Amino acid sequence: MTPSTTEIILRPSAEDHRVARHAAAAIVLTVAEAAIPLPLPGVKPGLANIITLVVLARWGWREAVWVALLRVLVSSLLLGQFLAPGFFLSLVGSVTSLAVLGLAMHLPGRAFGPVSQSVLAAFAHIGGQLLVARAWLVPHDGVFYLVPVFALAATLFGLVNGLIAARLLQEKSAPPPEQAGV
Amino acid sequence: MIPGPALRGWLAAWAAHLKWGDVLVLAAALAACGLSAVALWQGGRPDKAIIKAGGRVFAEVDLNATRILEVPGPLGATRIEIQPGRARVAADPGPRQYCVRQGWLSSAGAVAICAPNQVSLALSGRTADYDSINY
Repeated sequence: MTPSTTEIILRPSAEDHRVARHAAAAIVLTVAEAAIPLPLPGVKPGLANIITLVVLARWGWREAVWVALLRVLVSSLLLGQFLAPGFFLSLVGSVTSLAVLGLAMHLPGRAFGPVSQSVLAAFAHIGGQLLVARAWLVPHDGVFYLVPVFALAATLFGLVNGLIAARLLQEKSAPPPEQAGV
Repeated sequence: MIPGPALRGWLAAWAAHLKWGDVLVLAAALAACGLSAVALWQGGRPDKAIIKAGGRVFAEVDLNATRILEVPGPLGATRIEIQPGRARVAADPGPRQYCVRQGWLSSAGAVAICAPNQVSLALSGRTADYDSINY
């Protein structure tokens, strides 16, 4: 059969496969995390960011952006949040934290490890979310009343996620994170 | 409680992933938590008491020292007691004593009114979320 001129053939590269695999792991973590009851809306461990950190360290910022944004999109579809306020909040949080990660990855590696990146990204995440929440969802300065709570959560979960990412990165010939029992 | 050797080893294994820059970032993060809590959660602290008699301001007193004021009104003198961070109407000649029974006022926006003697005591601060009349 002669190949059709309108046929589109997608040839996924090794990078595409890698992005898909890591994004899948991140999506699983997000969906699993959504089942955990939490006392305050907005305070979440954000375990999927472990994947983002690992991808950032191993494969660079561009790939980390792909993984993080695919994760936001697909997990919102799975959880029925697509285009709901929560989707935009997590999108903005991801975008701001990816921007900060892009800067933080250039910090000298001798002194600053994944924990620094994780904590900084977590703060960027709540910062971006609070600004959007203030501008759009809760147009009142009352949202900032919760800043200390969010900051504490960002510190704590930033530390935990950063430590897990550091540990995963340390394993020399580590299997892909989704099989490492994150 | 002294952690057992297993727990200590476990913690040490995790702590091994922390570099000095990470500790710095964590310290800064904790400082940000503390500072934001202080900055955002103390807005209700009063810093001044405004005492009115007969509709006019009788005195504005800083809430940083202990002090007793006698405010004259049509029925007699209302005694107002100021202490660091709080104030109350200690005695009033009015018949129902509502303002006295309110006790110590300690948040910005709180108001005690002794209507019969035309005396009121109000606390003001940088940011009062509500006043006790509207509330």
